[in-house]
Amino acid sequence: MIRSLPNTRPYTIGFKIYVGLFFSFLFLPLVVTCVLAFNDSPFPALPWKGFTLTWFTGDQPGRVGIFHDTVNLSAIWVSFKVAFWVSLLSTIVGTCGAFLFEQEQFRFKQALYFLMLAPLVVPGVILGISILLFANTLGVAVENTFNLDVPLFRPGFWLVVLGQFSFIATLVTLVVSARLKKFDRTLEEAALNLGANRLEVIWHITLKFLRPAIIGAGAVAFLMSFENFNTTLFLVGSEATLPITLYLQVRDGSTPVINAISFLLIVGTSLLALINLTFSRKKE
Amino acid sequence: MRSRRSLTFLLFITPVVLWLFLLIVLPHVDLLLMSFHTEDDSGAMVWSLVNYLNFFQEPVYWRTFMRTAIYAILVTMITFAVSLPVAFYITKVVSPRFSGFLSLLLLMPFWVSELVRVYGWMILLRESGVLNHFLMVSGLLQRPVEMLYNDVTMVMGLVYTSMLFMVVPLISVLESLDDSLIEAAYDLGGGIFSIVTRIIIPHAMPGIMSGGIVVFMLTLGNYLTPNLIGGKNSLWFTEQIYNQFIASFNWNQGAAFGFLLLVLSSSIIWLGLKLTRQKLSQVVQ
Repeated sequence: MIRSLPNTRPYTIGFKIYVGLFFSFLFLPLVVTCVLAFNDSPFPALPWKGFTLTWFTGDQPGRVGIFHDTVNLSAIWVSFKVAFWVSLLSTIVGTCGAFLFEQEQFRFKQALYFLMLAPLVVPGVILGISILLFANTLGVAVENTFNLDVPLFRPGFWLVVLGQFSFIATLVTLVVSARLKKFDRTLEEAALNLGANRLEVIWHITLKFLRPAIIGAGAVAFLMSFENFNTTLFLVGSEATLPITLYLQVRDGSTPVINAISFLLIVGTSLLALINLTFSRKKE
Repeated sequence: MRSRRSLTFLLFITPVVLWLFLLIVLPHVDLLLMSFHTEDDSGAMVWSLVNYLNFFQEPVYWRTFMRTAIYAILVTMITFAVSLPVAFYITKVVSPRFSGFLSLLLLMPFWVSELVRVYGWMILLRESGVLNHFLMVSGLLQRPVEMLYNDVTMVMGLVYTSMLFMVVPLISVLESLDDSLIEAAYDLGGGIFSIVTRIIIPHAMPGIMSGGIVVFMLTLGNYLTPNLIGGKNSLWFTEQIYNQFIASFNWNQGAAFGFLLLVLSSSIIWLGLKLTRQKLSQVVQ
């Protein structure tokens, strides 16, 4: 059954085979995607026609690699900008949230906490459409009363940022709260006794302690924003993010350039994951 | 002192309240209001139940809805069945030296965008795909078979997409299961079946619930996987919502669909929490 008990041979071997199959199931699509990014064929399929870097560096007509593909490059740039603002906003607000729920007492705290958790159980598509509707309602109201056309209320860059922020901030709040729970509050009391005010205490002591958690949460927020599809789908304007651009390409047929982008994404996210992991190991 | 404290309090509560009310509460209230409105003949917005009536009268809508709900439950159960042995192996069977490495390895694919993972399955399974190529070369198949665009592949894709959210909570509950309980059951003559159903599953219930809720919610709200590898003539409910919003531009109808999906997902989650007597705040930890 378990390590400390005698196991029959078929049991151990059967289990090993099952777990082996499970892991191949897990990695097969990723490995195939990566390998085919280097196949010298106009379709992301076998047979193998030799190794090439064309789908990364090529600039010939019909064989444009990702580094010369303006549509995908600009989508990657948009995604970076969105992810930057989302992680900045959500780390600030999420840290405020962590302080609020861990250190402050006020009426309706339970209700507000429950509301803070809600974005986790609301499907992303619903978040997307409700924010789209509400922005539209606001836009119409502002236009009718002040005769102003506010671009923020139309689908576009900032609406995507706000839509992603609305649920990623919850995640940051939870991660930072978990760290804040371990904080020894006598340190704050000592600083207060020595004449610091509350803001100084937070800035010099509590935030220093929270820094690894905030950086880790920021990295996860960046990644989640970079990859978000469901919420973004309804809020996106003329500046498409990478998942949206890729989705349109995958739906209408595919080229090995998509494999090349996927390869870069897989390598990039794995690196970010490793960095995040070493950070969280250090803080323990 | 008193005023200082309230200053920091304001500093914390203002952004949080702005966030939750402007981006969560008011949009959902607006969603609900929109779903009860429709355009009359002159193009003005009036209160109406027509969006919900449409849903119940048009078989294609509620069939899609039921189909989505049933498939989401099925996907959740399959995900659990596939994940439990893996979580058990990692926490209890494999030597402790490898268990850390294996759980790390397990997380890796899920850092990668869902789109990339679905795309990987597409190039594996399609008619000109890698799997067909190998089957043809080895002589098992004479002509390529289209393995995409059917329900079995779609369910597999959905299970693949959400597996992580089941395995991780299962690993953490199984880690807290005392080995001696299993040893005792074994010494008293318990077989694998009774150990699993009477010790492991009851102990793992909180993890099963939290994994189940997240998997269910994500599957129900998934758009990419059903859209890209699901059958072309059998829609997922999120696709109906998308069609109303983007294709027919009937936002009121789309709002009603969105609200129905929200009600479905919240009520199943609520039911799950009630049945296992847990709180939402414990489950999301």
